[in-house]
Amino acid sequence: MKIHIKNGRLIDPKNQIDTISDLFIAAGKIVAVGQKPEGFHANRVIDASQKIVCPGLVDLSARLREPGFEYIATLESEMDAATAGGITSLACPPDTDPPLDEPGLVEMLKYRARNRHKARVYPIGALTAGLKGVQLTEMAELRDAGCVAFSQANVALQDNQVLFYAMQYAATFNIPVWLQAQDASLARNGVAHDGAVATRLGLPAIPVCAETTALAVILILAKATGARVHLCRLSSFEAIEMVRVARREGARITCDVAIHHLHLSEMDIGYFDPNCHLIPPLRAQRDRDALRKALADHTVDAVCSDHCPVDDDAKQIPFSEAEPGATGLELLLPLTLKWAEEDEIPLSRALSRVTSDAAHILGIDAGHLSVGAEADVCVFDPERYWTVGPKTLMSQGKNTPFSGYELKGRVLYTLVGGQIAHELPQ
Amino acid sequence: MWLNPRNPQLNKNGELHHLLTLEGLPAEILRQILDTARSFVGVTEREVKKVPLLRGKAVFNLFFEPSTRTRTTFEIAAKRLSADVINLAINVSSQSKGESVLDTVANLSAMQADMFVVRHAASGAPHMISQHVGPDIHVINAGDGRHSHPTQGLLDMFAIRHYKKDFTQLRVAIVGDILHSRVARSQIHALTTLGCPEIRVIGPRTLIPADIRTLGVQVYHDMKEGLKDVDVVSMLRLQNERMRGALLASGQEFYKYYGLTDDKLALAKSDAIVLHPGPMNRGVEIDSSVADGQQSVILPQVSFGIAIRMAVMSIVAGN
Repeated sequence: MKIHIKNGRLIDPKNQIDTISDLFIAAGKIVAVGQKPEGFHANRVIDASQKIVCPGLVDLSARLREPGFEYIATLESEMDAATAGGITSLACPPDTDPPLDEPGLVEMLKYRARNRHKARVYPIGALTAGLKGVQLTEMAELRDAGCVAFSQANVALQDNQVLFYAMQYAATFNIPVWLQAQDASLARNGVAHDGAVATRLGLPAIPVCAETTALAVILILAKATGARVHLCRLSSFEAIEMVRVARREGARITCDVAIHHLHLSEMDIGYFDPNCHLIPPLRAQRDRDALRKALADHTVDAVCSDHCPVDDDAKQIPFSEAEPGATGLELLLPLTLKWAEEDEIPLSRALSRVTSDAAHILGIDAGHLSVGAEADVCVFDPERYWTVGPKTLMSQGKNTPFSGYELKGRVLYTLVGGQIAHELPQ
Repeated sequence: MWLNPRNPQLNKNGELHHLLTLEGLPAEILRQILDTARSFVGVTEREVKKVPLLRGKAVFNLFFEPSTRTRTTFEIAAKRLSADVINLAINVSSQSKGESVLDTVANLSAMQADMFVVRHAASGAPHMISQHVGPDIHVINAGDGRHSHPTQGLLDMFAIRHYKKDFTQLRVAIVGDILHSRVARSQIHALTTLGCPEIRVIGPRTLIPADIRTLGVQVYHDMKEGLKDVDVVSMLRLQNERMRGALLASGQEFYKYYGLTDDKLALAKSDAIVLHPGPMNRGVEIDSSVADGQQSVILPQVSFGIAIRMAVMSIVAGN
């Protein structure tokens, strides 16, 4: 299949390209940018006039709910949602049931995902067996089975000795460790940021120090062990400042934020909206502003969907009992564009946070449109408005704080390995 | 939607449809409830203690958390309004295995309920229920988690107005476990709405929630300083389980620093009144001689509670 995408505004942050240009794809690869290669006869021509052509998005956290939670969402539905959101590579956290702690499980997931011919799935392995925080997993074996990194997902590792050993062990094989900084005891029973809204609504709170104390431990152990650490879903002003300082001192760390936390704050909980029950909690406006600024100045390397489909039954209960999480795969691009527009971030820089920068963290060759690269491409209409809702979302998870919002930016085509994996119905 | 989206307890005409919290209720509605309650105080003192305002209506007391006092006063209030009262004590543990809160509510709605009086351990449960009932059903919050206990807050306002008349001249101190208290939150919202110029909250740092000042109060950790020249002292119940955790050291130490004794009360104005939502822990947050003393209005509070609940039920029902 040969595809010619013509007249689009081609934005390829890694190669510093932002110009009206054509893209030529053959045999799954990008064969030319700009000039049509000799003898190229396209089977399909996509007219991308007034549209943006960019690398397929790379999402650092998407829960596909398989294995174990198929009643909430299936691999099929979520893989469709990913490509509908322009995502061509995604990392899935290990908190499945059973957790991704054995090579067989990882191989099965990769196999099932590959057969869908949709986005490329990169499993994050469990750092400890069953995520229980006691026994290390066979990280080298799991890496050979396809894991790109290891994490505890949202399950905090409470034993610092185990964390220390896990980092040392991962460093032995130069495998990255992804950690979410939330101290389990300080966050115990908490469901909302420890601020004015939790106080007003009487919601059990999670103080900022739950994040910063855990972060301090991680930073110190990372330095002591030489492990490659990626920090997942930072949420507070204070955490961002700690990362800045650590970076200045030469720490080898990367970090990301969730797309929700760029746009929402504790105020959005309103009258107990369970869709705003997220991990980490939505914090104050000052924190949100700090995250936005840090993503712009590259203190934060990437933004992810933190996609977490939850079924209605688990949300139609009181806020504190509702399962945390929100759907995000199809919102990552429009919400990234919204951030860029509101904060006047150049489009190329904004897109790098969901393409090349995210690929760099994952350690994969993706997120760019170089000649010879796999043709993972997203074509979107930056001016097209659409309303977020159960009808427009492909994901089985319809739970989102943005339900009813009109967002700008709609994906028209998603190509994975030169195949059209998503095409928006006309 | 028949409700006002900005204030989901009011209908499109700005009238009270549900009572979920005192936050955001206009002062006129608070005064309407207090005035209506005053007219009911007479009823409760008559020989025949009934009025026909809710005749033929079914009031369901839906208690997901145990309560004797509040449930009883709601039941008495509904009966004095001639309603049919159905009490349901729902065992939370059996509930978690089976029916969800909303399924329970849907089933009871199908039995032609007109009003739900809801108590639940989770903050926001009555809000959630109110969003899922039909347009003719009213929800009254009888206490949700740490969030709100609006009828308690209203009866406290009734007591304060009864003894002190004008809210705009008062200094009020709320003492104890503010963090876990739905009563404290309801009192604070009502007092600020009714124009009380100075509200103090007093307690150790472990029991004062973050950013409480944003609710319009001043924070004191020294009770002697905080009680100085106040007109009203509102004591909060300290749950026994708080003393077993890390929030407090012991009941004795709490009593020494935050228990209301005669000598501490002497720092308030000489005509200050003492409130307590009950049930009291004598010797933990309050000394018996204060609880049973001249300045205590704790027992009148209970009888005002019936009148307030009658007023709320009759107003939401459209009378």
